[in-house]
Amino acid sequence: MDLSLIVMQLLSGIALGAVLVITALGLTIVFGMLGVVNFAHGALFMIGAYAGLYLASLTGSFWWGLLLAPILMGAFGMLIEFVLIRRLYGRSIDDPLLLTFGLSYILVEGVRIVFGSDGIPFPTPSQLIGVLDLGVGFFPRYRLFVIALVAVVLLVLWLLLEKTRIGLIVRAGARDPTIMQVLGVDIGRVWLAIFGLGVGLAALGGVLAGPMRSVNPEMGSLVLAEAFVVTVIGGLGSIAGAVVAGVMVGISISMVALFAPEMATIVMFALMAVVLLIRPQGLFGVKGRTA
Amino acid sequence: MTSSSSNIAATAVSGRLAWLFDQRVLLSIAVLVLLPWLLPSKALAVNVLIYGVVVMGYNLLFGYTGLLSFGHAAFFGCGAYITGIAIGRYGVPWFAAIGVAVFCSAVLAALVGVISTRTRGIYFSMVTLALAQLIYYLALQASSFTGGENGLRGFTVDHINLLGLSINFLDPVNKYYVLMVLAALAMWVQSRILNSPFGAVIEAIRENEQRARACGYNIERSKLVVFMLSGAISSLGGCMLALHLSIVPLDILHYQTSGMIVMMVLLGGARSFFGPFVGAATFLILEDVISVWTPHWQIFVGTIFVLFVLFLPKGIWGTLLEALRIGKARP
Repeated sequence: MDLSLIVMQLLSGIALGAVLVITALGLTIVFGMLGVVNFAHGALFMIGAYAGLYLASLTGSFWWGLLLAPILMGAFGMLIEFVLIRRLYGRSIDDPLLLTFGLSYILVEGVRIVFGSDGIPFPTPSQLIGVLDLGVGFFPRYRLFVIALVAVVLLVLWLLLEKTRIGLIVRAGARDPTIMQVLGVDIGRVWLAIFGLGVGLAALGGVLAGPMRSVNPEMGSLVLAEAFVVTVIGGLGSIAGAVVAGVMVGISISMVALFAPEMATIVMFALMAVVLLIRPQGLFGVKGRTA
Repeated sequence: MTSSSSNIAATAVSGRLAWLFDQRVLLSIAVLVLLPWLLPSKALAVNVLIYGVVVMGYNLLFGYTGLLSFGHAAFFGCGAYITGIAIGRYGVPWFAAIGVAVFCSAVLAALVGVISTRTRGIYFSMVTLALAQLIYYLALQASSFTGGENGLRGFTVDHINLLGLSINFLDPVNKYYVLMVLAALAMWVQSRILNSPFGAVIEAIRENEQRARACGYNIERSKLVVFMLSGAISSLGGCMLALHLSIVPLDILHYQTSGMIVMMVLLGGARSFFGPFVGAATFLILEDVISVWTPHWQIFVGTIFVLFVLFLPKGIWGTLLEALRIGKARP
């Protein structure tokens, strides 16, 4: 087998993994801070892709779509937290999961009503069409851009959470919300912002995936399962875990696709089963925090 | 606050009601006997039976043990596919096909259970969903066996031979009552499980896992066993579906089906014996009624479900039972 083919497939895997990382990150941050598993995450990813497409065609530029869709969806996420999720804090841990599952029904059907059931092509931005010569082979420019952008977003998120005062409040709030309230922090506002951030990340994942996958109302359901697998492998609530597991899953899918295409969709589930048998809490998960 | 005399009256009434509810299997069967004549169509009644059994099996895990699985479509589908394959490909008689299907589903549930019961809480939900998706893709890939995207076809049961009688299975009323016998059997088994010491252990796990462990029960093994039993009972619903439709659509394995099962149990009321049937009936009637005037019935079902989670988490039947037992709850 050709070496350049393997290198190219590896890069494809990383690009695929990059989208998974961004999507799973939204899921894992919301769980880590709020203790809520957002079952509507896949639906919000899908709406993000539609929003990016709509805004891009409205403004005539992909870049406006890429910038505005996550921001608007983040605001929409805050609305969801404020109207629905907020009522369930302190209730059984299952309730937010069930609520967001019902919400995904409403969102997916809503998109079907507005945009129809058929897929819509998402054109690659003109600046990123074509391939780039990497010495070992030619690689699509758009996928390189996705890898680079995700790396930048990860760096910004890491700086925000680890190096700023806001990050300190968020991390402390995840540990002990009551103490934070005693210290005079309005923890409700922190949760509102975190949920908005999670939904914004889902939408960003959706816009980035747009030119790589076709945009249709069902695209979220596959992504949700993928994001779950990544989160479970990495360890629920762990940001580093989501990054490592996302890239790992992306590479496994594209490498297996090279040798045994029919196994490509199955390999990530097998990977998850193996990891769980060895470490039930996931690679970076903390034992006892699996509940 | 009520006066003491009305309290006594309420206790007497609820005492009699409590006795009535103890006969839960007989009562449930009595309702099911009348069901086809209460619902607008016989096909709807058959669906209520099928989904009622699936959701009842699921409720053993969710309502009674407190484990929120999102992968029960795997067992529902496994029951249906194996029944269809056994009849269509190997010419196995229908009752033996059901036996094989339920057995295979129990084995599958044990395998899924080994992996998923190692995890807890929300992690468990995510793992069961992911493993069920794995089954979905396996069925999609093994298209020479399962028919892939087109679903399984080529098996039709038109006559059921029972005790020397040949029953025309294509007649909707006959079909309903044959399947009802299977549902009644499942109810009896479920009731026996719940009344056994094992039933008490799983409820103890739901209420307080640490304490149940401290009492000396083997929590891991109990969870695995209940997962297996729950999968086996749910798979019987799949067998019934295969007999009813004479096809098995691939959609049955999709996680939307798992979600529908969860919705049904919540609409009816978890932790109650008859709640799953009420939930299945409510969901299917809603779907039936709403889809007549809009293809977008899912948006309404989703909204109703969200409202239930927010305001009526005990479901229709659970809330009703609670209301009837008010006198008992406040002596």
